[in-house]
Amino acid sequence: MIKIDKEVDVIIVGCGPAGSWCAKRLAEYGVNVIVLDRNEEIGTPVRCGEGFSKTIEERLNLKLPSFCIAQKIDGAFIYAPNGKFVEVKGFGYVLERKMFDKWLAIEASNAGAKILAKSYVYDLIKEKGKIAGIKANIVGEDMEIKGKIIVGADGVESMIAKKAGINTTCSPFLVDSGFEYELANIKLRDEKKLEIFLGNEVAPRGYVWIFPKGKNRANVGVGIVGSNEKGARYYLDKFIASREELRKGSIIEVKGGAIPVGGFLRDMVKENVLLVGDAAHQVNPIHGGGIGEAMTASEIAAKVIKKALDKNDSKVLKEYNTLWYKSRGNTLKKIEKLREIVEKLSDDQLNKLAEALEGEDIYDITHGNYLKLVKTLLKLGFKLAGF
Amino acid sequence: MTSEKILLIDRNKCIRCFGCVAVCPVQALEYSKEGPKWIENRCTRCKICSNFCPVKAIRWA
Repeated sequence: MIKIDKEVDVIIVGCGPAGSWCAKRLAEYGVNVIVLDRNEEIGTPVRCGEGFSKTIEERLNLKLPSFCIAQKIDGAFIYAPNGKFVEVKGFGYVLERKMFDKWLAIEASNAGAKILAKSYVYDLIKEKGKIAGIKANIVGEDMEIKGKIIVGADGVESMIAKKAGINTTCSPFLVDSGFEYELANIKLRDEKKLEIFLGNEVAPRGYVWIFPKGKNRANVGVGIVGSNEKGARYYLDKFIASREELRKGSIIEVKGGAIPVGGFLRDMVKENVLLVGDAAHQVNPIHGGGIGEAMTASEIAAKVIKKALDKNDSKVLKEYNTLWYKSRGNTLKKIEKLREIVEKLSDDQLNKLAEALEGEDIYDITHGNYLKLVKTLLKLGFKLAGF
Repeated sequence: MTSEKILLIDRNKCIRCFGCVAVCPVQALEYSKEGPKWIENRCTRCKICSNFCPVKAIRWA
């Protein structure tokens, strides 16, 4: 029988990057925090392309240990439907999420957070109409834990959001369906470059990616609009079959997941429950990256939670909404507008756009600067609704 | 008497990504260790889940 505190300050549900980082900060602030993850092993299964930008490392002052890194990246090739490409410079990594997530959990533990794997939270405890804690199966035993504040860091299908009454259901147009193989024994153009393939036949409202994890290994995956009936796998298998350098590869892992691409929540807080990470749709709507957003939001959440605990007032938690929108949400909403433009382009228009844009323009676009894109589209004579 | 379609999940195809749970507008799909579980009496047969599924593990019969 596992001995744990049955009453804590903060209960965090989910031990991915959002949950771990929030726990680490809270523990550093002296808060009694417990983290529960439904999987037997933190970091698995992987539902991620595993790309990670150096700007996140800098923003959060992270020192990534080498065992978390599968491949260092110094740029990307972005291919238009006709095969013409633009080279973008940018530094980052393709991570080994299993190691990265475990590392974050270890860091949080060392800071004083209590983490429990194989612990599935299935309900909230309500006392006198207020949320007082959680009911969970903790490494095989049903238990109740009381907590002042509950953090839903439990992914895009967040159970905590549903139980708390925060509507986070993804409309099929606001989510991409993702599917990926980790392939070994393949030929890569350049193992230091990400490759991204655009096109309405290649990946409707999304892209195919090759994210190298070594000289001859890569995550090869696709994200497509969630309403598409054919399914992501259909597009990925078609793509791989058409490329000799990928066809003969061995499949060493099969991964997939739902990627929110917008639909940000006006209110990510309900009473004493707060959502962070994929549970709060905190993902870049154009490239689908969410690790950095999750950890950035966790920084803000942890500060606000500490303040709420000190003042013994859960209404303080609402400041998280304001602070997050100021820090990231307003930029991500701009990026969502960009996605709405780019997703309507035909292959022919994408080809023309690729001719007109340069690498640094694309870098700007993924960071929310749409002036150059709009100027270029107008110059090319595209009609833009809503501008 | 009309009979409504039943949702079937091919557990060999399913990759347990739980995206179907995320997109269901009426919480008719739930997480379980074995994979998504269908709650028949909540389902409106909108087919958002089967459209979403990246591996087409969900079908209607």
